[in-house]
Amino acid sequence: MRGPNGCGKTTLLRCVTGLTRPDAGRITWLGQPVTEDPARFRGDIAYGGHLPGLKDDLTTEENLEFSLRLRDVAVDRDAIARALVAVGLDKRRRLPARRLSAGQRRRIGLARLSLDPALLWILDEPLTALDDAGQAHFVELLDRHLARGGLALVATHHNLLPPSGKVRELRIAP
Amino acid sequence: MARDLRLAWRHPDEIILTLAFFALVASLFPLGIGAEPQLLARIGPGVIWVGALLAAFLALPGIFAADFIDGSLEQMTLSPHPPLGWAAGKIAAHWIISGLPLTLMSPLIGLQYGLTGDTLLVEALSLALGTPILSLLGGACAALALGARGGGMLLALLALPLFVPVLIFGAGAAEAQATGLAPTPHLSLLAAALIAALVGVPAAVVAAVRISVD
Repeated sequence: MRGPNGCGKTTLLRCVTGLTRPDAGRITWLGQPVTEDPARFRGDIAYGGHLPGLKDDLTTEENLEFSLRLRDVAVDRDAIARALVAVGLDKRRRLPARRLSAGQRRRIGLARLSLDPALLWILDEPLTALDDAGQAHFVELLDRHLARGGLALVATHHNLLPPSGKVRELRIAP
Repeated sequence: MARDLRLAWRHPDEIILTLAFFALVASLFPLGIGAEPQLLARIGPGVIWVGALLAAFLALPGIFAADFIDGSLEQMTLSPHPPLGWAAGKIAAHWIISGLPLTLMSPLIGLQYGLTGDTLLVEALSLALGTPILSLLGGACAALALGARGGGMLLALLALPLFVPVLIFGAGAAEAQATGLAPTPHLSLLAAALIAALVGVPAAVVAAVRISVD
């Protein structure tokens, strides 16, 4: 999803998740209005907004563990350790999140996505603050997600072209 | 709830501050109005209740504010878990780090006021029943006041009037015991209010959080 600043990308994403109630229109998921079974819909989506949802006082590992528990995803410690290695945070897994840089905090979000089986990713500017390697890793994750039949709704200013999946560009006029 | 408790454990100073505030408020009264034993025993139950109420109020903004700012509250709202579960968990965690230690500390303060053993017991019992109501009602108010400018002041205006009945019955129970009357009617009313709050308030908290993150 593309569009100039302030055209309503974030608002649209938040409407889709259900955080914001739209003034008009319906959100449907798999042919059903999301209001019919909101708990199931919430189980199917993973949302990454502007706010990281991380606790400064918890370690990298704990933050990841708690956010997955909140998503009702059961993962063992090995899987968490592997995901942290993949995003390059394995040496910082016992550091409190306050000691991490903005990009490293974003990488916790990447690790969370890689462990979450949600069908639909709803991401708001996921590449912000990530370096080249981080961005490449995100594209790789997105690719894997699309390859296993997942769907992603992404608002971004970057050029995001996952090699396999089909990309449809939504342009929002101001 | 486990997460909130772990976070609180990382910052024990907040619990200690709440308790220190309680002890300070309770110690200011004898300094202000004189230290005659009879007078102190007369006002003790009420002072302890007011002190505990203010200390519990002081800890209220912490229930949701930090989660609201860092986006955890959004993620909770989007969690597939039933919302009543995490709302109740957060309030329970708040009670464990504010109401419970205040209740446990109240007999010590009561001793300062020269209250008898029975009165101390009834006072602690009324706090054990009353402080969860404070956490529940206060939680709903804290969720409503999220994101509002001057949230602290708004929270005081919203929550303190709601605390009045709890204070009246709570302090009333200990005072009845001190004057030789039966404290049971007050305690029963507190227990009834607690049950009503347990049933009704978590849903209100969820609704208030939804409004605030919108």
